[in-house]
Amino acid sequence: MPIKVLMPALSPTMTEGKLAKWLIKEGDTVESGDVMAEIETDKATMEVEAVDEGVVGKILVDEGTDGVAVNTVIAMLLEDGEDKSALDDADTSAAAPPPAGEAPKEDAAPAEAKAEPAPSSPPPAKSDGGERIFASPLAKRLAKMEGLDLAQLSGSGPHGRIVKRDIEKALSEGTGKAPADKPAAAGAPATSGDAAAVPPAGIDEAMLGLLPEYESVPNTGMRKTIAKRLTASARDIPHFNVSADICIDALLKLRKELNSRDGADYKISVNDFVIKAVALTLKRQPDCNAAYTDDAILKFKRADISMAVAVDGGLITPIIKDAGSKGLATISAEAKELAGKARDGKLQPQEYQGGTFSISNLGMFGVSSFNSIINSPQGGILSVGAGEQRAVVRDGAVAIATMMTVTLAVDHRCIDGAAAAGFVQELKGILEDPLQLML
Amino acid sequence: MADTKFDVLIIGGGPGGYVTAIRAAQLGFKTCVVEKEHLGGICLNWGCIPTKALLRTAEIYHYMQHAKDYGLSAEKVGFDMKAVVERSRGISKRLSGGVAHLMKKNKVTVVDGRAKLNGPGKVDVTGKDGKSLGTYTAEHIIVATGARPRALPGIEPDKKLIWTYFEAMVPDVTPKSLLVIGSGAIGIEFASFYQTMGVDVTVVEVMKQIMPVEDEEISKFARKQLEKNGLKIMTEAKVTGVKKGSNNVTCTVEDAKGKTQEITVDRVISAVGVQGNIEDIGLETTKVKTDRGCIVADEFSRTAEKGVYAIGDVAGPPMLAHKAEHEGVICIEKIAGVEGVHPMDKAKIPGCTYCHPQVASVGLTEAKAKEQGYDVNVGRFQFLGNGKAIALGEDQGLVKTIFDKKTGQLLGAHMVGAEVTELIQGFVVAMNLETTEEELMHTVFPHPTLSEMMHESVLDAYGRVIHM
Repeated sequence: MPIKVLMPALSPTMTEGKLAKWLIKEGDTVESGDVMAEIETDKATMEVEAVDEGVVGKILVDEGTDGVAVNTVIAMLLEDGEDKSALDDADTSAAAPPPAGEAPKEDAAPAEAKAEPAPSSPPPAKSDGGERIFASPLAKRLAKMEGLDLAQLSGSGPHGRIVKRDIEKALSEGTGKAPADKPAAAGAPATSGDAAAVPPAGIDEAMLGLLPEYESVPNTGMRKTIAKRLTASARDIPHFNVSADICIDALLKLRKELNSRDGADYKISVNDFVIKAVALTLKRQPDCNAAYTDDAILKFKRADISMAVAVDGGLITPIIKDAGSKGLATISAEAKELAGKARDGKLQPQEYQGGTFSISNLGMFGVSSFNSIINSPQGGILSVGAGEQRAVVRDGAVAIATMMTVTLAVDHRCIDGAAAAGFVQELKGILEDPLQLML
Repeated sequence: MADTKFDVLIIGGGPGGYVTAIRAAQLGFKTCVVEKEHLGGICLNWGCIPTKALLRTAEIYHYMQHAKDYGLSAEKVGFDMKAVVERSRGISKRLSGGVAHLMKKNKVTVVDGRAKLNGPGKVDVTGKDGKSLGTYTAEHIIVATGARPRALPGIEPDKKLIWTYFEAMVPDVTPKSLLVIGSGAIGIEFASFYQTMGVDVTVVEVMKQIMPVEDEEISKFARKQLEKNGLKIMTEAKVTGVKKGSNNVTCTVEDAKGKTQEITVDRVISAVGVQGNIEDIGLETTKVKTDRGCIVADEFSRTAEKGVYAIGDVAGPPMLAHKAEHEGVICIEKIAGVEGVHPMDKAKIPGCTYCHPQVASVGLTEAKAKEQGYDVNVGRFQFLGNGKAIALGEDQGLVKTIFDKKTGQLLGAHMVGAEVTELIQGFVVAMNLETTEEELMHTVFPHPTLSEMMHESVLDAYGRVIHM
């Protein structure tokens, strides 16, 4: 029997992706491990390796196809001794086909919930693989009719299966609404007929007619994810901001000394110092290394720092794991490597998913200060401005110092004002006396 | 001195009581059952099981009489009612013994005696000889005392000329003629049995249709078949009086228009329903409330008195053994704090009647579904279109399915015909798994079986029937 090659879920949040490129053609022989195709997900480009060996019998999804749902059969491999006729009656339906007409997004959706560590009990009805929601056929149909997102519901049936009464409960409580999955307006540009659940942008057709000529650039997977996550964060998280001006003259001096040492195979940036300092600060102010869930505040035992990296067409946040226990040179090397991978679209999911706290540095653009939107479910994000010479008053006299303004945004549900202020105070102390980082 | 302190004490060893006891023991409770007569209760001794034994006899007798239809010859076919009854009693005895074994195996203490609540947590037990067996205490007391035949005023069973199911089960004579009051499951089963055994049987039903809880179409279909078999049926009629002779009874039957007629029969069976056994069990010593002959209990069988529960017939309709069993299990699991215990969905309890032809159903009737505001899709498939049914020589029957047009939810399934009591469970499972028409259509039913008609009925509901 021909072997199905399925659209893989390259990350737990992936529901669909673009089949960017085929690296094989029909008739090619592939062995397990051979790279068959490149898939562009919402976050990165990944390679699909063959799991089985065989001859490529048929390619079912053309290269360049957008919005290919996870688990769609993308190609068929012929086994030893089979010829193309074996494909004639082969079933090319998805691996675990939902009832006809069921949008695949429902099955893939639990991944969304996974990104939010908000386990209310009982936990959402999903398998560990994040692939299948267990729900009765009737519940699935009712959810679809009512526009409910099964991934947001808890199942009360056997083994957490979602049954009719759970749907009825959600309806009576008004919970579990799926994000509006219709494109903004009928005439809105740039809708690739997809299900990425971007809230309506609020531009109606009449308004579009009044606008000057424009080019409509279809939203990429990454753009949709950015839109969805930032909207949710700005809407649902009460942001609280605290700023401080930090004198970095001592830090710049230390950096110069370190970078000019004989045989230095590193070049530590100001941002590397900030990453290290933030990790250390989080160790000292653990209340700020937290995430909010409905049932509990999750206090992380390690600081994994997500650093925002601008890439073509958006941004991504690779992670320096356990930055507190790493030296500056290591952090610097890792940051460089991750940023490079990010720009090339080659980050692995585990390199950008997770993270307990974010840093966004726009200093290179000369901005003096700015506020960021929290990278949910994390509890805090630090916005770092440019280091610039400013006139400061020191001991009653005006002096010149290199100053850098940082602004911390915290999720005010889990991090109180005093804790946020304490964080900034601690960070300022470390960055102004950077020898602490050497301890 | 016997041990009188238990975690769980169950009053009544019927299907509700003994099943609950086994589950309680499995959950680690020290459990006791107090039974006044015989383990297995009415179901096993005077109800479900012995009637099935009688009806099996009737069925075989029927086939023997129709042996020619199958190319067989059977001459001088007759029966010995005494032997028929003996077989039925033997089966009850065997099963009751089986329950005793199960109690022992699960280390459930069985006390032979009458239990009477003596305030919360306490039960006085009296032996069959009238002597006190002491006061038993238990944190949880589950009342599972069942039900008994209800009597119509003026037509009280005398056990000689006017029978209840007790006497009908063990007839001393085979009456030549019989009048059955009530066409519920009990009435119609006895009517079917005696009619098959050659008795001239008249059924009098006060409602518009026989088997009043069943779907109207199914009821009508069954009636036609029963009448073809020779049963006389009067609906919208009531027995207004009886006059007892020395060995017969003259009944006055009034029809819908108020016209009366007199029917003289050898025996009368009163099958006008059952009522809960709530008397003389000490409920007055507790806060337990009753309503229309039944104990008031919530969805987990809890009464108004903490630590006192009621399950099965005594806790209200539907008065069915399988409802009692399930209710008991839910009750004890809730007590034990088992996770994920949900109240029973009474809308999904199947019902079976073993007359010839059989009737089985689950869920809403077409009329009830419409009454509840559903826009329905109804599917029908007749036995006439099924190869297996024709091969069996049972080509009269109907499988009817009712779906919610909007959601595809299977709301009800109703069947009449051979073996439908064994078929219904397929739809019960489907309902409990919340399948829609789609999954049922995608299910492969084995050929050749009667079950194919279930598939066809579903297909018919969506205009896709194949063999009609």
